Amino acid sequence: MRTSFVFSEVVTGLRRNVTMTIAMVLTTAISLFLFGVGLLVVNMVGKMQDDYLGQLEVAVMLTNDISSNDKDCTQEPCRGLRTDLETMSGVDTVVFENREKGYERFQKIFEAQPELVKLARPEAIPAMFRVKLEDPERSDVIVQEFNGKAGVKNVDDQSQDLDRLFGFLNGVRDAALALALLQAAAALLLISNTIQVSAFTRRTEVGIMRLVGATRWYTQLPFLIEAVVAGVIGAIAAIGLLVVTKVFLLNRVLGELFSSNIIPEVSMVEILFLAPVLVGVAILISALTGYVTLRLYVRL
Amino acid sequence: MIRLEHVSKVYKTSSRPALDNVSVEIAKGEFVFLIGPSGSGKSTFLRLLLREEVPSKGRVYVSNFDVAKMSRRRVPRLRQSIGCVFQDFRLLTAKTVAENVAFALEVIGKPRNTIVKVVPEVLQLVGLDGKADRMPHELSGGEQQRVAIARAFVNRPLVLLADEPTGNLDPDTSQDIMLLLERINRTGTTVLMATHDHSIVDSMRRRVVELDNGRIIRDDARGVYGVGR
Repeated sequence: MRTSFVFSEVVTGLRRNVTMTIAMVLTTAISLFLFGVGLLVVNMVGKMQDDYLGQLEVAVMLTNDISSNDKDCTQEPCRGLRTDLETMSGVDTVVFENREKGYERFQKIFEAQPELVKLARPEAIPAMFRVKLEDPERSDVIVQEFNGKAGVKNVDDQSQDLDRLFGFLNGVRDAALALALLQAAAALLLISNTIQVSAFTRRTEVGIMRLVGATRWYTQLPFLIEAVVAGVIGAIAAIGLLVVTKVFLLNRVLGELFSSNIIPEVSMVEILFLAPVLVGVAILISALTGYVTLRLYVRL
Repeated sequence: MIRLEHVSKVYKTSSRPALDNVSVEIAKGEFVFLIGPSGSGKSTFLRLLLREEVPSKGRVYVSNFDVAKMSRRRVPRLRQSIGCVFQDFRLLTAKTVAENVAFALEVIGKPRNTIVKVVPEVLQLVGLDGKADRMPHELSGGEQQRVAIARAFVNRPLVLLADEPTGNLDPDTSQDIMLLLERINRTGTTVLMATHDHSIVDSMRRRVVELDNGRIIRDDARGVYGVGR
C-alpha cells in the first residue's frame, strides 16, 4: 500500500517535470562519467607503475675507449665502476653488457625497421651497466653519483621518461576529476531546484497531506525518491557512456597499445566494478541534496 | 474536547494581537459557531487547534493533546484526529471523488482493504453514492464541498473544523451542507464552524462564540448571529 502510493507519486512528479528531470539526469550522468574516467585513470596509473617500475633500469653508459677495448670489464676503470655499483646500497643487480651484446639487443628491438638496423654500426653502441634498483624511484642517486666519473659517458635514467607519461596521465586524471566536481555542482543545484519546483507544483497535495496528519517522512519521501531515481538513471547513463567510450574510442585509438601491453587495457570488468560505486555515489549525493533542500528551502 | 486557557497570539509582523487572552471550553459532541468580522481572530483560533501556529501565551488542548507543548513528531497524530473543511474545498483536480477521499487515508498509511471498505461508506453518508468516479470539475459547488467533508470525516475524527464551508455556496446548497454537518455532529463528532453567514447561524440556534479584535465578546449557548447586524 505505502510503496505503491509513494511510487505513483514519484512517477507523477517526474513526468510533470519532464524537462527538468532530463536536465537533472544528463548533468548527473556527465558528472559521474567524468568521475568514472578519473577513477579509471587512477587505476591505470597504478597498474602501469606496478608493471613498469619492476622492469625499470638505470643504464650507465661507458666511454668509447672502454666499449672498444674492454669486452669483459676486467680492466680499470670498468672493473672499479662495477664494484662501486655492486656495493652501493639500494642496488639490486648489475649486469655488464658489452658493445656486441648491445648491438644484438639493438637489432632485436628494431627488427621491424631493417633500414635503421642497417644504418647503425656497432661502434655507435656503447658498452653499459644495466642496473636494477630495489626502489626504482630512487634512481637519481645513481645519476648523481656516476655522471661524470672516469669511464662513464652518461647515465640514462628510464624512470624520467616514464615520469613524463605518468605526469600526463595524472594530468588527465586531475582534469577529469576537476570537471566532474564542476558538473557535480551543477547537478546538485539542478536537483535542489527540481525538488523545489516539484514541491511547488504539488503544494495542494502536500497541504492536504499535512492537514490530514501525514507524517513528515511520508510527505517528503516522494520528493526524495524522485531525486534518487533521477540520480540512479544518471549513474546508469554514465556507465553506458563509459562502455561506449571504451568500445568506440579507446579500443580504436589505443587498441594496439593495449594488445602489445604498453598500456594496460581498460577492461569491461573494471567498468563493471565501477558501476556500483557510481550508483552508490549518485544515490548518496541526490538523497543528501534532496534532504537538505527539503529541510532548508521547502516548508512542507 | 477543546480547551483554550488564556491564549494570546501575536504575529511578528503585527503589533496588535490576533488573539488576546482567550479562554474557552468546548465539550465533546458540541456544535459551535465561531463568528466575528474579518481579522477578528477566527482563522488564528482554528490554526492554533491544528498547530499550524503556536500561541504566544496560554495553553491549547484538543482531546488529550497539549497542542502548544507537544513535539513536532506528534503533530501528525493530532491532525489525524481533526477533520478540516474550507471555503475553497481544496480538492485534488486530477483525482476522482473516490480517490480524493482515499488520498486522506493513503497518506497516513491505512491499509488498502480498509480504504476500499470505508470510502464508499462515507460517500454514501455525504450523499455522493454513484458519483465516486466523477472528477471534481464535473460536480457542483455543493457536491464538491460534500467531497471535502467526506475526506475530512473518512478517518472518523474527534473534531471537525469548518472554515466558512458555505462561503462559496448559494443559500439552498448551504442549507444542505449544514444538514450534513449536523448529521456528522450527531455521530458524536465535535463541530466547530467559523462563518459569516447570518441566516445559517440564526436558523440553527446553536452555541455561538463571537470574536472581535482577538477577544471573545459573546458566548451564547443558543445564539443568533447578532442583533442589528
